[in-house]
Amino acid sequence: MEILMSIVIGFLFMSAVYLMLSKSLLRIIIGTGLLSHGAHLLILTMGGLKTGAAPLLGEHAEQYTDPLPQALILTAIVISFGVTAFFLVLAYRSYQELGTDNMERLRGNEGHD
Amino acid sequence: MSLLHIAILSPLLLAIFVPVIYKISKFLHLGWFVLPLPVILFTYFFSFLGDIKNGQAVTSSVEWISFLDISFDIYIDGLGLLFALLISGIGALVVLYSIYYLDKYKEHLNTFYVYLLLFMGAMLGVVLSDNLIVLYAFWELTSFSSFLLIGYWNEREKSRYGAQKSMLITVFGGLSLLGAIILLYVMTGTFSIREIIAQSDFIVSHELLLPTMILILLGAFTKSAQFPFHIWLPDAMEAPTPVSAYLHSATMVKAGIYLVARFTPLFGITGEWFWIVTIVGIITLFWGSFNAVKQTDLKGILAFSTVSQLGMIMSMLGAGAASVHFDFLDENIYTVATAAAVFHLVNHATFKGSLFMVVGIVDHETGTRDIRRLGGLMTVMPITATIAFLGAFSMAGIPPFNGFLSKEMFFTSMLRITEMGIFNLETWGLLFPILAWVASIFTFIYSMILFFKTFTGKLDPEKLEKKPHEAPLGMLIPPVILASLVVIFGFFPDLVSTNIIEPAMASILPDLLGDGEKFDIHIYHWHGLKSFELYMTIGVIVVGTLLYRSLRKWDGIYNRLPKQVTWNYFYDRGVELSQLGAYNFTKSYMTGSIRSYLAYMLIFFVAILLWTIGYKDAFALSMEKTSPIRVYEVILALVLVAGSITILAAKSRLTSIIALGAVGYTVSLFFVVFRAPDLALTQLVIETVSVALFLVCFYHLPKLKREERVRFKLNNALISLGVGVTVTLIAMSAHSTKLFKPISEYYVENTYELAHGKNMVNVILVDFRGFDTLFEICVLGIASLGIYGMIKLRLSGKGEQNEKQ
Repeated sequence: MEILMSIVIGFLFMSAVYLMLSKSLLRIIIGTGLLSHGAHLLILTMGGLKTGAAPLLGEHAEQYTDPLPQALILTAIVISFGVTAFFLVLAYRSYQELGTDNMERLRGNEGHD
Repeated sequence: MSLLHIAILSPLLLAIFVPVIYKISKFLHLGWFVLPLPVILFTYFFSFLGDIKNGQAVTSSVEWISFLDISFDIYIDGLGLLFALLISGIGALVVLYSIYYLDKYKEHLNTFYVYLLLFMGAMLGVVLSDNLIVLYAFWELTSFSSFLLIGYWNEREKSRYGAQKSMLITVFGGLSLLGAIILLYVMTGTFSIREIIAQSDFIVSHELLLPTMILILLGAFTKSAQFPFHIWLPDAMEAPTPVSAYLHSATMVKAGIYLVARFTPLFGITGEWFWIVTIVGIITLFWGSFNAVKQTDLKGILAFSTVSQLGMIMSMLGAGAASVHFDFLDENIYTVATAAAVFHLVNHATFKGSLFMVVGIVDHETGTRDIRRLGGLMTVMPITATIAFLGAFSMAGIPPFNGFLSKEMFFTSMLRITEMGIFNLETWGLLFPILAWVASIFTFIYSMILFFKTFTGKLDPEKLEKKPHEAPLGMLIPPVILASLVVIFGFFPDLVSTNIIEPAMASILPDLLGDGEKFDIHIYHWHGLKSFELYMTIGVIVVGTLLYRSLRKWDGIYNRLPKQVTWNYFYDRGVELSQLGAYNFTKSYMTGSIRSYLAYMLIFFVAILLWTIGYKDAFALSMEKTSPIRVYEVILALVLVAGSITILAAKSRLTSIIALGAVGYTVSLFFVVFRAPDLALTQLVIETVSVALFLVCFYHLPKLKREERVRFKLNNALISLGVGVTVTLIAMSAHSTKLFKPISEYYVENTYELAHGKNMVNVILVDFRGFDTLFEICVLGIASLGIYGMIKLRLSGKGEQNEKQ
């Protein structure tokens, strides 16, 4: 399963990078979203996908799945959400102020170099 | 801190107080307060003469940075003392001269004397330090203060150009010197010059010998304006004339000479040293004298003349190093070259210093330095003319002045190179005396131009800006002192030879002396009719006179020489091209487009990781520890892939946002399948909020934008494929090579025991690793405050409103 997951994660990374290389700001943010999904799944996969009970002691199981990567991912999800939200509002404001979402047009003023 | 240290640092200390004195004293010229210091220093150093003559060296040491082996060691021997006397003696004369040269009201005297004192202290430090790092520090301070002095009239374009040029070239050499110092430290483990020289045998056989030698010589050649680094010196003539007289004829440009002389005991035994130093010296001699003839500015003539004379001294030092190969002092005929080098060093300082001052007087009293406008000044400026006569004829090498003596010795040493029989000199040796002789003819010609075109002929007052008259007495005293030294050294050369040359030679060629032995140098005017040198001098005078008389007929050759192959042209083009190249290079990759920067990063990421995997043979694939593949997971994986393909292929943004939401929910389903309930919950909620935010963003897009597909770009596709493959490969190999067991056993066992919770993930988040959570909360807080600020604050709008009001 881990091998299959590695391939899927690789695919997510590939799509994310392709989107981030595009011109539209919204697509870039979508790319970062895909990238963080990939990263979260990568952490989970690398922690091992061995079958076991959910990490709840009430289950009284022989074996539990690894709780540590889950805690790490939970932290990462919240942080990436904060950053994404900030980024989205930034994009929204820049649409308002600059009237474009084309990254090729968002450049430093030529006169200042 | 001994008196010696205070003596060396005293100019720097006085420099601190100069601006204060300047503020207080408005009535007296600032130079009068500076003048006593070099005089005192001169008498102080003069008092060492007796000890040094008897072969005793004076040392003194102060700890500075002991853990780096850097201490402020002072070591005075014949060579150091000679330079110290030159620096303080000529320094005193130059200060006196500058009092009359620089106007009290028109010039910024405080900066001038601060720079000059900085320079004086730095120069004393260079020649008296035994520790190479200290020497280097003072060396750079001389470059720096020289830069300030050349650019003294900084409102002039040419001054700034000259200052920058000299700075670039001498600092280039200074850094080479630093490289050499580090190499020497690597080889010997010490910064002390004496200890390094004591290990001469070891260094000479070391493999780093040649790089070290070349780096040291680069430092020396740039500082001493040797070919082809001589180009900064003529442009440094934009400095006030006292500065030119002091720095660019008598002291700073001889720092390179000092360095070569100081390291002769170390490298002198090698053939490379002889070849490089001698050949560069003789080429500089020829090139400088050849170019001096075509100058029309008096200071230009003197600048090229200085270049040429420095080349002469350098070539003699190189030739003198050969004497180390012949061990018997009594029969060693090659030491004459070193004696001549030291002697000419002294002579050059006297006559060149006086000539610069003369030129300054002429400039000061007539308003021009152009020889095409000058002429016939002898009648109005008799004393100046006399000084110029003495200086110019001594420079030309005409008896009975001191320049004649050193020129004779120069010819002697060049002739003896031809008989040397070492360093494969058989055929090429003959070139040295020929070049020396031709260069001497040019020297003769420009010396004659300098004197006769300025002081004889017809006086044409209309061409001059001021009505010429004799200079004030104070301005004449320094050149008179120097000119009388020219005559005194000319008639009584033994004064110099026993007091100065012999101890200086003892430090340049210490290996030749046994215990208690001394060099025995006698300088004669008359070598007898048999000596070939006499006929060479006669030839110089005869041919020189003929060429000078027919100057008009042949000086057209200078115009024939193409302007584009001068060294200045190369320098200017070099500076220009390096600026242009750097500009174009930066412009080529700093495009301002965020995509290209991202592409650079990702290409680098892929390249370095794939290279590492390949180079270390790190890829591994093992199926042993994998968990079984189930249908659920395969279906979810397919949905995930389908979702991301939809995003890529979607024409409208709305589709891609929805597809992103689908991907997020699939991920949360994955979390369900992989037994992570908390993750699934969080992911579900957060994905919902994110998609809502995306939709808000989409709604506010500029309306006129037409929707279009992501345009397919092969480069982008290749880069992203590379990233995906890299991540997959690394993930596979990381999973296949687990080195140790996870630490989660501890959490499973202790979640209830220690933390009294049953949800392991939550206990880890708030108990075992609570700090992560704390700062994650901070991140959310900062993000929300940032968002609030972005939406609420409209600073740029306010600014515009203010402008309107």
